[in-house]
Order: sequence, then structure tokens, then C-alpha cells
Amino acid sequence: MASITMKNIVKKYGDGFPAVNDVSIDIADGEFVILVGPSGCGKSTLLRMIVGLEDITSGDMMIGEKKVNDLAPRDRNLAMVFQNYALYPHLTVFENIAFPLRLAGASESEITEKVNAASKTLELDEHLQRKPGNLSGGQRQRVAMGRAIVRDADAFLFDEPLSNLDAKLRGQMRSEISRLQKRLGITTVYVTHDQTEAMTLGDRVAVLKRGVLQQLASPRQLYSNPGNLFVAGFIGSPPMNFLPAKVSGTSVELPFGTVQIPQDKADKVAASAANGLLMAGIRPEHFEDAAVVDASRQGSTFRAKVDVVEWLGNEAYAYIPFEAPPEVREQLEQLERDLDGESLRTQLVVSLDGTSRIAEGDEAEIWVDSSKMHLFDPATGENLTVDLDNAGYIHGHAMAEAAEQPAAAG
Amino acid sequence: MRGTNKVGIGVGFILIMVWCLLPVAWIISLSFKSQEAITAGSPGFLPTSGGSAGFQNYVDVLNDEQFRRAIFNSIGICLIATALSVILATLAAYAIARLEFKGKRFVLTTALAIAMFPVVSLVSPLFDMWRTLGIYDTWIGLIIPYMSFTLPLAIWTLSAFFREIPWEMEQAAQVDGATSWQAFRKVIVPLAAPGVFTAAILTFFFAWNDFVFGISLTSTEAARPIPAALSFFVGADPFNRPASLLAAGAVVSTIPIILIVLVFQRKIVAGLTSGAVKG
Ligand SMILES: Nc1ncnc2c1ncn2[C@@H]1O[C@H](COP(=O)(O)OP(=O)(O)OP(=O)(O)O)[C@@H](O)[C@H]1O
Ligand SMILES: [Mg+2]
Repeated sequence: MASITMKNIVKKYGDGFPAVNDVSIDIADGEFVILVGPSGCGKSTLLRMIVGLEDITSGDMMIGEKKVNDLAPRDRNLAMVFQNYALYPHLTVFENIAFPLRLAGASESEITEKVNAASKTLELDEHLQRKPGNLSGGQRQRVAMGRAIVRDADAFLFDEPLSNLDAKLRGQMRSEISRLQKRLGITTVYVTHDQTEAMTLGDRVAVLKRGVLQQLASPRQLYSNPGNLFVAGFIGSPPMNFLPAKVSGTSVELPFGTVQIPQDKADKVAASAANGLLMAGIRPEHFEDAAVVDASRQGSTFRAKVDVVEWLGNEAYAYIPFEAPPEVREQLEQLERDLDGESLRTQLVVSLDGTSRIAEGDEAEIWVDSSKMHLFDPATGENLTVDLDNAGYIHGHAMAEAAEQPAAAG
Repeated sequence: MRGTNKVGIGVGFILIMVWCLLPVAWIISLSFKSQEAITAGSPGFLPTSGGSAGFQNYVDVLNDEQFRRAIFNSIGICLIATALSVILATLAAYAIARLEFKGKRFVLTTALAIAMFPVVSLVSPLFDMWRTLGIYDTWIGLIIPYMSFTLPLAIWTLSAFFREIPWEMEQAAQVDGATSWQAFRKVIVPLAAPGVFTAAILTFFFAWNDFVFGISLTSTEAARPIPAALSFFVGADPFNRPASLLAAGAVVSTIPIILIVLVFQRKIVAGLTSGAVKG
């Protein structure tokens, strides 16, 4: 077992395109780190550089205390589960799992013992003599895991291991992977673009966009303290609502009316607010039907016409269209492209309590917890109201911190 | 509709089988007739009661020292040429399918050009060269041209197979601790086995059936292969070629090729790569 340290890792492919650009991540021994991001953001490339299947253009890759930039995959002692499993079809399940052990020259008795232990863990006992071609998707996935856990690797690397499974199996395997990782306590890097996997599995989540690390934080921190528009839009489903906002003092003018924000947030945004419109980000669950909210709860209310209501039993989603000025709409369209087409129409999605009686076409009274509102600079996408102590690493902020430190020391 | 289709297929199948197998059947029939019966004229398919030679022709052929040498030469030369050709082609095809290197297109087009070269045009230059080099009328003198004509085909066949194998197979092996060579030998080659055996069969066919090189690059039974030897096969009477003996020789000389096909065919199981990756 070992830690993995990436320092300013850059990967340029033959055409000069930087698939991974200046990424630094410290992964502690035993930690479970998730790499997420839209398609083509460089997740697989980064993972493949860790395992050694891709050359590193510049930067340092350390496993434990050792720099491994120039080591071949087999000298790095890492185990990887490929997206399409890459099982050896000409070998039985037993031999597939035994493959790394045989290469390492283990004795026959050791091989039998270890393979049987792995197959017991993964419930593959009855399939050991079958060929991978005859197994179901989930079973193949487990064989691939078996091949990874059978050796004493320093870390596990997973590249979207569940993306080929159906939803139900994915849920099962997800908890299985989580349990296995906790039991073995082995350093793990896991690539996915599935929200649920990212939020439930990881100790920390690294969000990538076009090869650049946007934020590295715990799932909770990412959700409540996104560092910029991209992270805010990427994490959460349904996604955060983005509205044009005009801020003056503690009052924020939204398309539906004016709400109040706490003084400390107002202070943070005052400088940018002077320059014009900001972008407000509010999660769907921070809205509510005013009729079902305790009068004691802090917040503002506004009236709006509800377009569509989706009632799910425990909750309901109401959709409220709004007009956005051109500069905001442009920003939203750009964000939509960055997020890989995750649709962000200029409509508000609000989550209502299941008991809410609001119906389609109603002019409804909606309550909003405006203290939870984030305010973004529309030009840079930066979250102006972010709680820096509670947001892990944010792209752009680390440099500011580094610049501050000498000043503080001096 | 279905019924007539089936009947049509059946009839077509029988027609083609008859078309292909009639000459073979005729040769087999000839090989069981006695020499006298053939000389006297024996038009029937089955030997007449007096004209049947039983297995005597086969016994005679197998007792013939010349014929036995020729069979031995053919088997030896063809097996060696096939083995060398397939090994070389496997390595070359792997490089072509997997590696980026200068001159890759050149290798491929040259290989194709060689395969299209008319065999006959090479005979006299080779004859002169081999005499100078001292490998005229030796096994190696035949193995070399056989290889150069079968390599291109083998390389093309095999590189198609290698391209089908997902990259991840090899990368998985490397992550599992294999060197490039181990990954090649333990994962890639077994997966390409159908291709390897296809190439082997094609190579063996070419070498076994070759007549032009066999007759022009040999002068004695030191290296003369079966097809050439059969044409030199004269019985007791030089003016009256022993047709029934030749027929028996021809039948005997097809047996190795049938055996080889049967053995190799088992290895050519389709869909060996299924299950490597998700469906
Ligand atoms: N062999 C290559 N040559 C050139 N460019 C490449 C190569 N492989 C990947 N890229 C580029 O690098 C970028 C990152 O690719 P990568 O496979 O790491 O994305 P990803 O985040 O894993 O995406 P996905 O979620 O679709 O798997 C992409 O823009 C891709 O076009
Ligand atoms: Mg990928």
C-alpha cells in the first residue's frame, strides 16, 4: 500500500493537445479518490499515466516515496480494472485471476490459496473453471476485480468499471466495491462520470474540466461549496439553478423578485457586484412551497407561474421558466457545453415537499432559503461566496493562497 | 417457400460436390485398377472383375524407394517452411498491427507485390543463384522460395487478426506484471491462434502443391518433393507410364494434407475472443 502524489502533471498527445494540464493531486495511503468530469476531460488519461500505460509529458508521479515517471507498468505494482474488463478469453476464470501470480512466479500452492480466497470474497467459486465468454456482465466484472485483488498491489485503479452494467447491478457492485475497499484499506483511484458513484464511493472527489483540475474536496464540500460555476453545475441532480442577480447591499434582485442574503455573503460579493450582474446559484431543494414551510424558518418568498409539476411521491419538481438577459444566457449556454449537454434551460427547477398542492399553471407562492444561495462572477465563473476553509482545493485559489503565505510570514 | 429453398440448396450442394469430387473419385478408381486393365482400356468407374488390382498399386508405390524419399522430402520441406513462415509472419504482423514505425506501408505493399509476382519468372534466376551458392537441389533451396511466397499472405492474414484483438488485453497483461514479450506470448498469440493456424494451412498448401520450384530447383531425390517426383515416376516401361501407380501415388500424397487440415482446423475455432471485453 502506498500514497500516490501527482505534481503538476501535464499530458500532451501527439497533436499537441493538452489532455491533462497541470494537475496536482495528493492521494493519502488508503484513501479512495474519485476522478469525475464530462467526457473527454482527461480522466482516463490521468489514470493511465498513474498506471504507466501513457507517458507523462511533464510533472512528477510518485508512488510512496518513489518517482515512477519512467517505470514500466509492471514495475509499478498497481492493479487496474479496465472499463471493458479486458479478461483473457482463452483462460478460465481461475487462470485469469491467477495470471498476475503466475507472472510473479508464485508457487502452485500459493496460487491456489490466493485465487480461492479472492473467489470466495467475490462469490466466484462456482465459476472458476468457466471461460469469461460464458459469464454475465456482473460476473465478468467480478473476475476483473479478482485479478486486481489477488496480488498485493500498492493501489487499485478503476476506469469506469460499472459503466457497462445495468442500473440495478451497478448499485450492487458499487456497494461491493466500497465494502471491499474499506476492508482491504487499499489506496484507490476511481474514474467515473456517474454522479452517484462519485458522491457515494469517494473520500475525496476530483472534478476535471478539459484537463484542468477544478476542485478537489470531499463529496459534501463539493456539494455545499462548489468552487466555480462548472463544479456547481456538474455536481447535483437535478442541477443547481443559475439565475441572473443584481446585488446591492444585502438584497439580491432575481427574475422573480428580491430576496435578502446574509451580511457576510454580501460583503464578499460587494466588489464584483459593483461591476454589474452576478449569477446566483440555488439548489432545487433550497426552494419550497411557501404553504408547507414553518413560519419560523428564515427565508424569502416570491410568486411565480409554475409551468410543469412532476410529482414523485416523497417530493415534487416544479419547473418555472424565466427570461435571462443575453450575457447571462450566453454564459449558461457555454456552461451547458462544458457540462456535456446536461440541459440547463433558462428555467428554475424547484423541489417541493410531497404534500405540496401546487399544480401546473398555478401562480404559486415559493419560499427560498436565500442564505444557501451562491453568487458567481459570470465572467470568470468563480464562486464569490465560497467558504474557502470548507471547499478543499479550488482551481485558481491555491495560487492566491501560495501568494499570501510569504506575505503572512513576513 | 422454405421447402423449395431447402431442396434448391440441397441440389446445388450435390452438384458442386459432384463437380469437385469427381476427379478425386476417378483418381481413386484408377488407383485400384491393374496396369493391364488400363492399357487395355477400362472405361468403367468400378474396376472390372479381372482388372482389379486391389491394394497392389499402393503396396508397390510405398515400396518404391524414390517415392518414399519424395514423401519424406515433401513433408520435411513443407513443415519447416510452414513453421518458419508462420513464426516470422507472426512477429512481423504484430509489429505491423501494433507498432508505429517508418516504412510500415512499404513493408505491406512490398509484401503484396511479392505475392503477386509470377512464380515462373523467378525460376531461372533462382536456378543460377542457387547453383552459385551451392544450395541447388537441397531442402533449404526450396524452403527459401516457399517462404518468400507464403510470408506475404501469412503477414496479411495475421495482421488482420492482431488488429481485432483489443489493445486493453495487452495493457492488462502489462499491468498484471508481464513484459512485452510475455504479454505477446501469453495473451496475444493464444488469442490470434485461429489466425496463426489459418496462415499455417495456407502456407502448407502452397508448399505442398508447388510444382514449378520443385521440378526446376532439384535434380536428384535429395530434395525432390512429391509433385515433381510423380512426374518423374516411370515404371518398368518408359514408353508406357504406369497410370494406376501414379494414381495411387497421388492419393497417398493427399493424405498428409488432409491430416494437416483436420489437425489445424480444430484450432480454428471462431469467436475465441468473445468474452474478452463487454459484448
Ligand atoms: N491517443 C490519443 N491521441 C490523441 N488524443 C487523445 C488520445 N487519447 C485521448 N485523447 C484526447 O485526450 C482527451 C482526454 O481523453 P480521455 O480518454 O482521458 O477522456 P475521458 O475523461 O476518459 O473521457 P470519457 O469519459 O469519454 O472516457 C480527449 O480530448 C481525447 O480526444
Ligand atoms: Mg475514459
